[in-house]
Amino acid sequence: MADLKERIARRCAKEFEDGDFINLGIGLPTQVADYVAEDIMVTFHSENGFAGIDAVVEDEKDLDVDIINSGGFYVTALERVKYFDTAESFGLVRGKHVKATVLGAMQVAENGDLANWIVPGKKVAGMGGAMDLCAGCPQVIITMLHTQKGAPKIMKECTLPLTAERCVSKIITEMGVMEVREDGIWVTELHPDYTKEEIQAATACELHFDPNMKAMEEE
Amino acid sequence: MINKIKTAQEAVAGVKDGMTIMVGGFLATGSPEILMDALVEKGVKHLTVIGNDGGLDAGQPAGAFAGKTARGIGKLLENHMVDHIIASHIGVNPKINEQVEEGTLRYTLVPQGTLAEKIRASAYGLGGILTPTGVGTPMETELDELGREKKTVVIDGVKYLFEMPLHADYSFIRPSVADKFGNYYCSKATKNFNYVMAGASDHTIIAPEKLVEIGEIDPDYFDVAGVLVETIVEGEKKWQI
Repeated sequence: MADLKERIARRCAKEFEDGDFINLGIGLPTQVADYVAEDIMVTFHSENGFAGIDAVVEDEKDLDVDIINSGGFYVTALERVKYFDTAESFGLVRGKHVKATVLGAMQVAENGDLANWIVPGKKVAGMGGAMDLCAGCPQVIITMLHTQKGAPKIMKECTLPLTAERCVSKIITEMGVMEVREDGIWVTELHPDYTKEEIQAATACELHFDPNMKAMEEE
Repeated sequence: MINKIKTAQEAVAGVKDGMTIMVGGFLATGSPEILMDALVEKGVKHLTVIGNDGGLDAGQPAGAFAGKTARGIGKLLENHMVDHIIASHIGVNPKINEQVEEGTLRYTLVPQGTLAEKIRASAYGLGGILTPTGVGTPMETELDELGREKKTVVIDGVKYLFEMPLHADYSFIRPSVADKFGNYYCSKATKNFNYVMAGASDHTIIAPEKLVEIGEIDPDYFDVAGVLVETIVEGEKKWQI
């Protein structure tokens, strides 16, 4: 499982280009930062108030009690950091200045609808900044395991309350890379461990296979 | 000449049962602890509290570092002083869901960016804001914090939710540095809601970690205008792990 998540995080990191400003969600998306190529400069947005998040603090000597990330962990910031208040932070998001947000999902529909803020059977936690990020960022990249204990998460229509409508642009799972287009979900990369039939069987809507589909690369 | 400096007890003397308050902070980072302590001491009840979240409960970790006491809004929740919380996230402090289940607390969720803009609209005289956030979600179909239906507006083919201003009786804010007129600055990630909440209430109370004389430091250093601040309380300390 850990290896599968690392595979997803490594592949997602290849989406970024030099100079990008990106928001990473909590959990698997956070791992993506570990695999960004060293020869490009990517700035990560922490929606609670800065551009230029670095790393989670583990040693008390690095601790600054005025810097937490959106998950409530004490973190360090880069030299080029810019701090701002919540209004400016989400102005940057809705204004489409944060190029992409990388998030997990409970369900993704074939039209790009996303449900990831209410977990069935768990107490309501709230959307935090997720609805703003999904409505505002030009690209919403979903990184997740392809199924939830065998049940498909990519489906015709979401049955859970939505986070945002038609917002997902790309889905990266251990099985492959998929783009959400006007006419449905297209597989652009398939991992060599799986066949077209297997990825389709793990998905509850029709997948289209891009004529130029490649093998999902690994380092 | 006007003197805005009061003790914490004097500052909260006018807060009455059933009032609406706003509290700066994000998971209690940037929350004015001495003002929360004064509210607890006063024992005011049935508050409506506007903040990003419910702060932290006693012993809850902030990453690898656990606090010993409740922090920020967590202090009000711990003492059962809140009837209604308006926030973007209620999943961290377990007291919220406990009290919801007990039937003593209700919540209204507002997306984080929308929450900031609703507060800002109140402070800066706007009749509301239009946002794409929440279209097609329960934010469009559920009633707002005051039980009103949401309106939508389509502009150039894009649908927006119309969100109303959010006003309170008191704003409680934690600057890092303020002068004795109330001009202030919040360090790093403590800015969060501490800027938009100034002036969004009838009374804005600040509890700076450091209070300087007027003119003691370059006024250009401050981000928020002291004209928005009614009361200044000394004695707030940098958070200690």
